[in-house]
Amino acid sequence: MADAVLTMSPVETAGRREARTAWLLASPAILLMLLFIVLPTIAVIVLGFTDFELGYGSFRFVGLENYHELMSDRTFRKSLWNTTVYTAIVTPVSIALGLGIALLIESEPRGRSFFRTVYFLPVASLLVAMATVWQYLFHPSIGPLNTFLALFGIPGPNWLGASSIVLYGLSIIGIWQSVGFNMVLFLAGLTAIPRELYSAAEVDGAKSSLDRFRLVTWPMLGPTTLFVTTISVINSVKVFETVKTLTEGGPNKASEMLLFTIYQEGFVYLKVGYASAMTVVFLAILVVLMALQYWFLDRKVHYT
Amino acid sequence: MMTAPMSFGRVCRLSLLSIGALVFLAPYIFMISTAGKGQSEIFSATLSLIPQQWAYVANFTKAFSRVSMGNLLWNGVLVCGIILVLQVIIAVPCAYAMAKLQFRGARIMMSLVMLGLLIPIHATALPLYVAFDKLSMLNSYTALVAPFSISVFAIFLFLQFFRAMPDDLIHAARLDGMSEAGIVARVIVPNAWPSVTAFAIFSVVAHWNDLFWPLIVITNQGYATPPLGLLFFRAAEAGDDYGALMAATLIITLPLVIVFLLAQKRFVEGITMTGLKG
Repeated sequence: MADAVLTMSPVETAGRREARTAWLLASPAILLMLLFIVLPTIAVIVLGFTDFELGYGSFRFVGLENYHELMSDRTFRKSLWNTTVYTAIVTPVSIALGLGIALLIESEPRGRSFFRTVYFLPVASLLVAMATVWQYLFHPSIGPLNTFLALFGIPGPNWLGASSIVLYGLSIIGIWQSVGFNMVLFLAGLTAIPRELYSAAEVDGAKSSLDRFRLVTWPMLGPTTLFVTTISVINSVKVFETVKTLTEGGPNKASEMLLFTIYQEGFVYLKVGYASAMTVVFLAILVVLMALQYWFLDRKVHYT
Repeated sequence: MMTAPMSFGRVCRLSLLSIGALVFLAPYIFMISTAGKGQSEIFSATLSLIPQQWAYVANFTKAFSRVSMGNLLWNGVLVCGIILVLQVIIAVPCAYAMAKLQFRGARIMMSLVMLGLLIPIHATALPLYVAFDKLSMLNSYTALVAPFSISVFAIFLFLQFFRAMPDDLIHAARLDGMSEAGIVARVIVPNAWPSVTAFAIFSVVAHWNDLFWPLIVITNQGYATPPLGLLFFRAAEAGDDYGALMAATLIITLPLVIVFLLAQKRFVEGITMTGLKG
């Protein structure tokens, strides 16, 4: 080893030493990445092809049986559908509100930091705790929301207890929780738009604020909007806390959502193999969403 | 600050923002109000916010006696603290190596990091749970902390920052005879401090709020983090004792909210920075 080093040019040894240092500095991270990300991901894919159940000694490979079962599993299908509906409500509404509030705050010199703080507060609050508060607000008989509606003679629904309403109830909480996050990202996006563009648009005849929004703000916000959309969709697909805390998937599976179903099958019924197959579906959804983002990023949002 | 004249548009904007703010604050207002109401008053379903008979003491006593709140908060601080320290200590050297040193693994590492960004704890939880179960390590701080010791997001974020740092800075430090580890600790980290605080906020908010993983590995109340503890509290609470429940909620929500209010500028910057780059 020492001889080899001696025969090399100084530049080469320096390069070697640098590479060795690099490996050394990166090795804890590499090791942990393999241990906690790569290996478990491979394991979950493999387990998806087995009938492994925690507590039973042996397991066997069952091929695609789990996936066959998933396709006809009514709970799982319901769960996928509910997650889709929830995402389809929460994402557009929280993006629209986030953008709207950001635009209002941006155009209003007074109280900027106050409003920013207020709308951002839910992001910094413990979701499980605030979900409990929402449960009280939503209470069918003693909850302030229905008491308030009763003042106008409107009979309030059982927000979290009726199977036709529960998804909307959870969506309201989801929107309330995520608007502030979107708003902050949009505010950052808005500040990055050069002022000259607005004056230029005005010279070109964009007189109303709607014209300015359509010609300058919206196109310039393209990358931010795409990013906010991706994050919002992914976060909605990952909804878990409110379901677990407030409804446990009920009533009558009306609020079964993907992660809760996986949790229930895998960690409560301990059907690890079956739940792994569900997890693979969940991962596939995330991969598709990210791929869609890259695809859009490539073709749609180049505004220069 | 100069006050612009109040035009019709401004009045509209301010009213919209104020009404929205009231809606967003409503849960907090009712939380504080209900935490001070007695059982009978809550069930009379009034909209009045000021409790007729102050029951704060009774409700808070209940909250503190059912579940050890101090223990919960301490667990939360401990778990978030250890996770953050490990994440930074492990990610910073790795990101430095990838950004500033020449080695053949750098490209494979980059794809590993990108892959890791895609995979949340929910996807790896099943095998990890089985492993911790086989090792009899469920119900421990190790189980709570270990899977999060590596944050590919931290590596990704620091990488962006380190790349933008001038090489001259590092060359100068090398000429001064500093070791690579010394460069990381004394040159890179101090210069990358904004990214470290941004990441710290992101990490603490994420793990303080996380319910999924603690719920899976912890059944013993002694190790419960705040969200899990609140679930235990709800389970122990018979019926709808909303007064005590709101008191418990208030105690558990307050710490992070106070930190946020004190450091809100940092907070928003941190979330924006981590958000935009993540």
